[in-house]
Amino acid sequence: MTAADFSLFLPLAVLLIWATVLLIVDLFIPKERKGWTASLSALGLALTLFLSLRQWGETASGFGEMLRVDPFATFINALLLLSGLGGVLLAYGSIRRHGVERGEYYTLLLFSVSGMMLMAQARDLILLFLGLELLSIPLYVLAAFALPRLDSEEAGLKYFLLGAFASGFFLYGTALLYGASGTTLLSGIAQAWSQAGRNLFFLVGAALILVGLGFKVALVPFHMWTPDVYQGAPTAVTGFMAAGAKIAGFAALWRIFTEALPGLAPDVTPILWALSALTMLLGNLLAIAQKNVKRMLAYSSIAHAGYILMAFVPFGVPQVRDVALAAGLFYLITYAITNFGAWAVVSALERQAGQGLELDDYAGLGSKAPALALAMTVFMLSLTGVPPTLGLIGKFYLFRSVIEAGFYGLAVLGVLTSLISAYYYLRLVVIMYMRPGEPQPVANPWLNLTWGAMAILTVLFSLIPAPLFWWASQSVLR
Amino acid sequence: MIPLSWYLWLSAALFSVGLFGVLARRNAIAILLAIELMLNAVNINLVAFWRYLTPGQMNGQVFAVIVLAVAAAEVAVGLALVISVYRRRQTVVADELDLLKW
Repeated sequence: MTAADFSLFLPLAVLLIWATVLLIVDLFIPKERKGWTASLSALGLALTLFLSLRQWGETASGFGEMLRVDPFATFINALLLLSGLGGVLLAYGSIRRHGVERGEYYTLLLFSVSGMMLMAQARDLILLFLGLELLSIPLYVLAAFALPRLDSEEAGLKYFLLGAFASGFFLYGTALLYGASGTTLLSGIAQAWSQAGRNLFFLVGAALILVGLGFKVALVPFHMWTPDVYQGAPTAVTGFMAAGAKIAGFAALWRIFTEALPGLAPDVTPILWALSALTMLLGNLLAIAQKNVKRMLAYSSIAHAGYILMAFVPFGVPQVRDVALAAGLFYLITYAITNFGAWAVVSALERQAGQGLELDDYAGLGSKAPALALAMTVFMLSLTGVPPTLGLIGKFYLFRSVIEAGFYGLAVLGVLTSLISAYYYLRLVVIMYMRPGEPQPVANPWLNLTWGAMAILTVLFSLIPAPLFWWASQSVLR
Repeated sequence: MIPLSWYLWLSAALFSVGLFGVLARRNAIAILLAIELMLNAVNINLVAFWRYLTPGQMNGQVFAVIVLAVAAAEVAVGLALVISVYRRRQTVVADELDLLKW
């Protein structure tokens, strides 16, 4: 271990130490001043973001190849830290109103973000597992954070049981890969693969890892927990979880499969194809039946996991691989921005915890709070993929790269499922504008800032997507 | 010496028992126990691979120790959640936690 190793590790170390210190500092902050904890956690995230962005362009490994800094990791880190900031904003705007303002919220969030960052940077199975757990365990607690409320508690328990179950699969997969190659380093596994060739350990190990991470990012056969947990968890947590956990899960998936198992592409591609297709189809179809906005957005987030996975289907086609991955990274930005905006609107309408979440509660929003309704319309259009929003650009890049790789069926399915999704997204818009009602949105400055900024970004970046796409294409794993 | 494959079969069997437990049992504590069984099955795997394939390196052992530590942390959180649910509902049976549709 040298000083160079530690400088690679610096953003993560700063965030972890900051979180630990904040846990203690929070004890001395009086109950009615928890805004301080929120500001301090936001400051920590911003500082880490600054340190992380300073690593932009650097490509190096430290701690005996175990930890990696490359443009991909920097990109994902920046996205995760921004998601963390979004999570703090959402929380500060809502948890006091819901009577669950406790300082630990922000520390748990910081720990979870550091786990996510570790997953993006790890090049070793042990560290990946550690990152997965550091991500998950605080999230279990956060899901149950509105403790006196039964649904939040239930969501926490369900998330815990299924999350721990999934990490069992992930772990068994890593153990088999370790057994097949005799090393836990991703580069070592790739080397062992090229010497030993196909064998059962590699195949079963990769499949189990796919199952484990599939649970985390909510791909279809493994999505059962998502609607319950998203509905029961406090809205602020749901917003953070929907973005952060997905980004980190996909980052780990991409890194494991492109760095350790590139030779497995012919076997994995059909499976990924099927998973992606199923996820898009079922997520969108089940969302139609939902009456609760949180549940509807949960199914929509499942469907979006399918779209993001689409970017990964052509990873065995060398000419298209990089473009497709860039499209996937671009879609992650799209998804994160739209997601935070939509959840901020949901949070603004949730006057009391658990109230104002049905579709009917949105009736009349168009005349009562035009700006809020307009923002929600922008997010719904973006999730559908209608111009002039970022969602369209994201889907366009995705479908184009999939077509270039020759997966026409998947692209057609993507377009068709987007059409299906228009039904339930636009239904909300219709309810907001066409039906009379007396919604009572909360005017919290932080929530206003979140949905306002996200709505502007959604439209703005759709007009000038080039810089973002350039950034994404520079950040592809090589 | 006992061949490596015996350990692997043992671990696969234990993992399957745990898997069955998670799917078949309805009590949250029993599910938790079954999950622990799955994690420990993996530990057998890790230690066996370490002993037979790379006894000179510490990777496998370190991995197993980290799995133990993480599993303990997970259980601490899990039991806390189970207890807090039990206090309010007087039940930890998964079927009866039906406020949210499964």
